[in-house]
Amino acid sequence: MSAVQVFELRKEFSRRTAEGRTRIAALDSVSFTVARGECVAMLGQNGSGKSTLVRVLATLLLHDGGSAHVFGHDVAREERAVRRLVNRVSVEASFFKRLSAAENLAYAARFYGFAPAATRTRIPEILERVGFPVARAGAPMEDLSRGMQQKVALARALLTSPTLLLLDEPTTGLDPRSKREVQAFVMEVRRTHDTTTLLCTHDMTEAETLADRVGILERGRLLALEAPDELKRRYGTSSLEEAFLVATGRAFDDEEVA
Amino acid sequence: MEAVRLQAIALLGVVERNSYLVKRYGWWELAFFVWTVANTLTIVFIAEGVEAGGGRLDVERQTTILLIGAVIWSYLGIVFEILTETVAWERWEGTIEYTFMAPLSRAVHLLGMGAFAVIYGVLRTAALFAVVALFFGLDFPEANFATALLLLAVASISFVGLGMITAVLPLISPEKGAQLGFIAQGLLLVVSGVYYPVEVMPQWMEWLATISPATYALEGIRAAILDGASPGAVWGDLWPLLSLGILSIPLGLAVFRAGERYAKRHGKLKRAG
Repeated sequence: MSAVQVFELRKEFSRRTAEGRTRIAALDSVSFTVARGECVAMLGQNGSGKSTLVRVLATLLLHDGGSAHVFGHDVAREERAVRRLVNRVSVEASFFKRLSAAENLAYAARFYGFAPAATRTRIPEILERVGFPVARAGAPMEDLSRGMQQKVALARALLTSPTLLLLDEPTTGLDPRSKREVQAFVMEVRRTHDTTTLLCTHDMTEAETLADRVGILERGRLLALEAPDELKRRYGTSSLEEAFLVATGRAFDDEEVA
Repeated sequence: MEAVRLQAIALLGVVERNSYLVKRYGWWELAFFVWTVANTLTIVFIAEGVEAGGGRLDVERQTTILLIGAVIWSYLGIVFEILTETVAWERWEGTIEYTFMAPLSRAVHLLGMGAFAVIYGVLRTAALFAVVALFFGLDFPEANFATALLLLAVASISFVGLGMITAVLPLISPEKGAQLGFIAQGLLLVVSGVYYPVEVMPQWMEWLATISPATYALEGIRAAILDGASPGAVWGDLWPLLSLGILSIPLGLAVFRAGERYAKRHGKLKRAG
């Protein structure tokens, strides 16, 4: 059984334009599978559909057509079963800013069945593993740096031992050191846990370093999904950035105007 | 059994998080309490004001009637506010997607918010009642506080159900939804005889009063505190409250679920602000 099975997935949003309301496809007949234990990276510009894909798999959006399954469970019809298997780290380390890291993690952990006795030991352990100074676990989140907050976000996701980890630009905005630490931790989790990872990123190097296969999403369409070397070979280029340029016909930093 | 245990832990998590927030915003809590006391005083002074203007009335009894109205208004405000924060606060913090993708049932999530709202609301309104009663030197020789608490507990079921309906409003309108909760609270109380008997209202408003749980809560609690009514004596208020409670919780859940589906269909969960 595939960890993720997406078939002809379609999601549209209604937008107000000068001509009136129009429907814009955020995901346009996207199909792919992710094998258990695999790490797949999706490359795409802002508005390409990466976050929409993650939200559909996380049961946060209802799709308009096609299907999406996580370990055989339909994301729309078996929400609760999917939610037990999935967790997510996104670009914003979203927390109750006045609460401490430990309080935020306890709140998240309760939803996954961790009673206070379990989190008293588990939270310091997981914070230590992500390289967060445990002595600061009681400090309000608003007093922590962005890199520290993102480590707590990783801890929140891993606390629940997700079988499918959705990483939505987890290192965007981090300084180089924090970025390397987060990436190293993602690699360690892959080595030590039975975790399947779907990584959405802007960062070509990150995709090449972490992923077994790399997909290119462009205006909601999945143009390719192959191993990094095969992707370069397919487009006759020496780098992923050039492959992206050839595949989409535009530079990576040439942002979509919303 | 395991599923029940997991949902019970999740419910505890919701209550626990709210208690952390109260602790972290302690000075704000104190400031809001002072504001509520001031607001209540402005209403309760009306009885003395009427007498000073030449009106003839039993000032102590009228003061107590106004105090009970103001306290119930405050209690309902707390319940609605906390339930509305189910969405509004989490959207503001940006945590809403993490909570909504967690494997807790929405009923447990909302009931957890409701449980905290009732515990916190009872403590705060009891403190408000005590402070204002002391201020006016009121004593309640006949009062049956057990009956009053029973009525408040039963009324809380309906209040939580209605709060679930208002909780969905920020999902549908991220900018103005939370404020719509205050409108719902005001509309509910204006037809419920919060500071006056329902008989003084036009007939169509009197009819609305019969389907408002606040009407029965106010009537029953006034009877318990002013006249020492026993639970049996306020059965005429208790059974409508029970009936409305049994209807309002499933209704609240259904409306919230419909709102959640709408938000997931239109991508409104992720919006901040």
